[in-house]
Amino acid sequence: MSEIAAVLQRTGILSPEEREHWKMAWLSTVDHKRIGILYMMTGLVFFVVGGIEALLIRLQLAVPNSTLLHPDTYNMVFTMHGTTMIFLVAMPVLFGLANYIVPLQIGARDMAFPRLNAYSFWLVPFGGILLHFSFLSGGAPAVGWFAYAPLSETPYSSQSGVDYWALSLLVLGIGSVGANINFIATVLCSRTPQMTLRRLPLFTWMIFVNAFLVILALPVLNAGLVMLLIDRLLHAHFFLVPGGSAIMWQHIFWAFGHPEVYIVAIPAFGLLSEIIPVFSRKPIFGYEFVAGSTVAIAFLSLGVWAHHMFTVGLGHTVDLFFVASSMLIAIPTGVKVLNWSATMIGGRIHFDTPMLFCIAALLQFLLAGLTGVSHAVAPLDWQTKNSYYLVAHFHFVFVGLIVFAILGALHYWVPKMSGRLLSERLGKWSFWLMVIGFNMTFITQHFLGLAGMARRIYTYADLPGWGWMNMVSTVGAFFMAAASLVFVWNLVVSLLFGEKAGNNPWNAWTLEWATTSPPPHENFRALPPITSRRPLWDIANPDRPDPVVGSRGKADQFKPEKNKTSIASFIISESGFFGVLILAFLYYTAIPEAGPNAKGLDVLQTGLFSICLFASSFTIWRAETGLHNNQRRRMIGWLIATIVLGFIFIGGQTFEYWHLFRSGVRVNTNLFTTSFFTLTGFHGLHVCVGLIALLILLGLAVAGDSKKRPWPALVAVGLYWHFVDVVWVFVLSVVYILPRFL
Amino acid sequence: MNALTVLDPQSPQARAIFHLAIVAGIIFAVIFAVVAGMIVYALMRCRWREGEGDPKQVAGNKTVELVWTTIPFLIVVALFVLSWRTMNASDPPPTPEPDIVITGHQWWWEARYPKSGVVTANEIHIPAGTPLSIRLESADVLHEFWVPEIGRKMTTVPGHPNNIWIESDHPQTYLGVCSEFCGTEHAWMHFLVVAETPAEFQAWEQAQLAPAQTPIGASALQGRALFQQTSCMNCHAIKGSLASAGVGPDLTHFASRKILGAGVAANTPENLRRWLTNPQLIKPGVKMPDYKFTESQVTQLTDYIETLK
Repeated sequence: MSEIAAVLQRTGILSPEEREHWKMAWLSTVDHKRIGILYMMTGLVFFVVGGIEALLIRLQLAVPNSTLLHPDTYNMVFTMHGTTMIFLVAMPVLFGLANYIVPLQIGARDMAFPRLNAYSFWLVPFGGILLHFSFLSGGAPAVGWFAYAPLSETPYSSQSGVDYWALSLLVLGIGSVGANINFIATVLCSRTPQMTLRRLPLFTWMIFVNAFLVILALPVLNAGLVMLLIDRLLHAHFFLVPGGSAIMWQHIFWAFGHPEVYIVAIPAFGLLSEIIPVFSRKPIFGYEFVAGSTVAIAFLSLGVWAHHMFTVGLGHTVDLFFVASSMLIAIPTGVKVLNWSATMIGGRIHFDTPMLFCIAALLQFLLAGLTGVSHAVAPLDWQTKNSYYLVAHFHFVFVGLIVFAILGALHYWVPKMSGRLLSERLGKWSFWLMVIGFNMTFITQHFLGLAGMARRIYTYADLPGWGWMNMVSTVGAFFMAAASLVFVWNLVVSLLFGEKAGNNPWNAWTLEWATTSPPPHENFRALPPITSRRPLWDIANPDRPDPVVGSRGKADQFKPEKNKTSIASFIISESGFFGVLILAFLYYTAIPEAGPNAKGLDVLQTGLFSICLFASSFTIWRAETGLHNNQRRRMIGWLIATIVLGFIFIGGQTFEYWHLFRSGVRVNTNLFTTSFFTLTGFHGLHVCVGLIALLILLGLAVAGDSKKRPWPALVAVGLYWHFVDVVWVFVLSVVYILPRFL
Repeated sequence: MNALTVLDPQSPQARAIFHLAIVAGIIFAVIFAVVAGMIVYALMRCRWREGEGDPKQVAGNKTVELVWTTIPFLIVVALFVLSWRTMNASDPPPTPEPDIVITGHQWWWEARYPKSGVVTANEIHIPAGTPLSIRLESADVLHEFWVPEIGRKMTTVPGHPNNIWIESDHPQTYLGVCSEFCGTEHAWMHFLVVAETPAEFQAWEQAQLAPAQTPIGASALQGRALFQQTSCMNCHAIKGSLASAGVGPDLTHFASRKILGAGVAANTPENLRRWLTNPQLIKPGVKMPDYKFTESQVTQLTDYIETLK
């Protein structure tokens, strides 16, 4: 294995003193550059897995009436292909790129929380292993990547595949939230002072905006997964008739699922916004509009989910709302496409491999966007939904835009990461193979969809045109496989024998090109002055520097404390989770079912315990005041009071549960008890986590850690504790008080 | 038989969607041509040539931004209005009493005609030229009813009945499919919609209402006895016999249908033999197990079932 160490050292990603223990150096790393590379390598491994699954799908469909795969095997393969490509390839690779590049672009030494960063990363391989463990447990999930209920429920999927699927997505979801809280804190709190928000490079800006989308959307999925698992493992029926609702799962899944599309698309937009200007030798056209449209897209994407549900029968009124919102999102997206195009006009375009991939991504995304609008037009969706036309559309987004943008970005930034240039000759080979293969595979599928081919069928009758179109599509897939192999070969060869890249092989303008390739530990020896969005342009062209991008006062100099920022982001994220559970409670308790209901709860008793919890918000505030006034003993006293009040609350909840349990109430008794225990139980879990944090704080305070003022840990835990109390205000109102008045 | 394409509408409802598709298609084509034209122009005319320095640094233009935000907005408004109109034209509100209730099962379709009492499977007869109100239900998981030539698709959701209209301008047979993934045999959940002249339709309805005749011939009679003694009747119904279960397709007039196993094969005596010998070989995963009938039992059952015209 020392050859690997030698290669790593040669490529500069391992220092000589680490050669002896290179495995530990990587396993235990908290360096954002290494974690970025680990993310991308993990993504690459799963890309091979998901790619083989794709080839199996295409082999099976190459000819009519194929018997290559058993139907169940085929169904597992396409489920795993979709899940793998989205959660284990697109997200890790994009987060990996961001991990590597964002701190460099803003002149930071590392991410704001290096250990959280490592933790978030390691959840990806473990989540992936958990997902694939299902193969050993009697079969992978065979329900499609959105696992529509009731097919994903125990009566129709009795093996544990779906359980592994849900658990692994929970693990991956937590990792994604962790990573993106970190991006928010890094961009806000770790920028070099001259890097004001208005000077941020567009990739960093889009990762920053995207991070909010991630922390809002993923918890929605987590809430849905938890509900699905409660159905499957505790025999409840959130999504099963009678009583439960299959459509509820779709609402929850797509309230996550559509933002998810943008979660992987916005970073790709960022990549195009970085690379196209550099190779056109012009600044991005309309920086403010490209940056602003990202915010618009992120906002709108939270309100378009039911365009995935035009055929489930929500009624024309609901359909029309989502027609409008979905079409509106085309406008900021169109603005982006036009700005990228305008950047090229009047430029001096260099056709290096990164640019080639970006040009193809731009043109392919143009088509994908237009077919996307055709899906927003509900009546057209009533025909093309769930057909290969849809399959073609979203592959044009996921592959045509995102994979192409990633490949462009890798050709662009790998020289920075390894210090060695990739071969242009091999790069162009992989580019052309990819473009030809991709368009063969997926342009054809638009026509297959219009010819009536439904998605997810394991085989098909020999209908007119279907045979040859599918064959073309399959052949194209193998071109893409060849392109991927050439790319990996290019990577390996360049790591070993590539030409030295130097600091700035593309004459680019952002800060990552101001340091060595690869950058040293903690990134920069010295930072250049930053007065505009292109600091390196200004240095190279002192005769015509960019106009100074001024600061608009305080908002732009905004540099919050990182612990507060991260806990605030975490609270935003948790609000999404509890929001879903509270809405679900309201929905499910409105369904009349026999058995216990909300009116049977003891309001008075819970009210008493609630007062203790609310009082604990006051005591922790007193503890903070004590710290502020340097009264350590008083602070410890108030901390202890908080902990005691928290324990009284948890004791009260335990008593209530025990009482209900004794009178025969179970989680699966009816929809009320299921949603009651789910909502109050998850709140109780959060109180317990808060108590553990408080106990740790108390230990630290007694040991003397609180002597350094301000003590950010207390502030952070205090914020979290207030949040848990606020959630309880909602829960108390919705669960205990509101039903009294209905 | 028509071949499952969205580009050949045969009903007013499907035509409304198709016309919108043409209008939208033209709009999209123009947008694509303009924007792709811009990009291709840049690629052709703005190439860097050896020795050239960096061009003039243009960072944007607010007027241009305003123009290309406004124009798409107007297009979106137009498309929204068109969508609204087409939704009403292609998907009018349902009648309280549907003409046909269609239920998706794993992996076949049941069709009940509440007004006449006809129950059949995988082959839906309709009179040409009349719009019919269809109620869609599900017996288990989500399915999706899709006959592209004659109307929109719609999911069948357990506990949430949906309604659509279908119509055919003239007598013709259409292929329909399930387009929402529904488990192992989602691929073979086809059905036929047979549009006939009103007279033919009435004749068909009368024929469907008749109970099965007592078969003639020893082998067929033995087949009927076998059907009523074994597990067949736990799932299937044959009116006029003891079998009345509703788990699998109603077989009273099975032999009059064109497809077998929801489209996995043509309904011929040879295919029926293969099916009865082991359905799992023809449609792996189908809910009907392999009963391991002997050769002669298969012959008897085939002879009996072939009498169910």
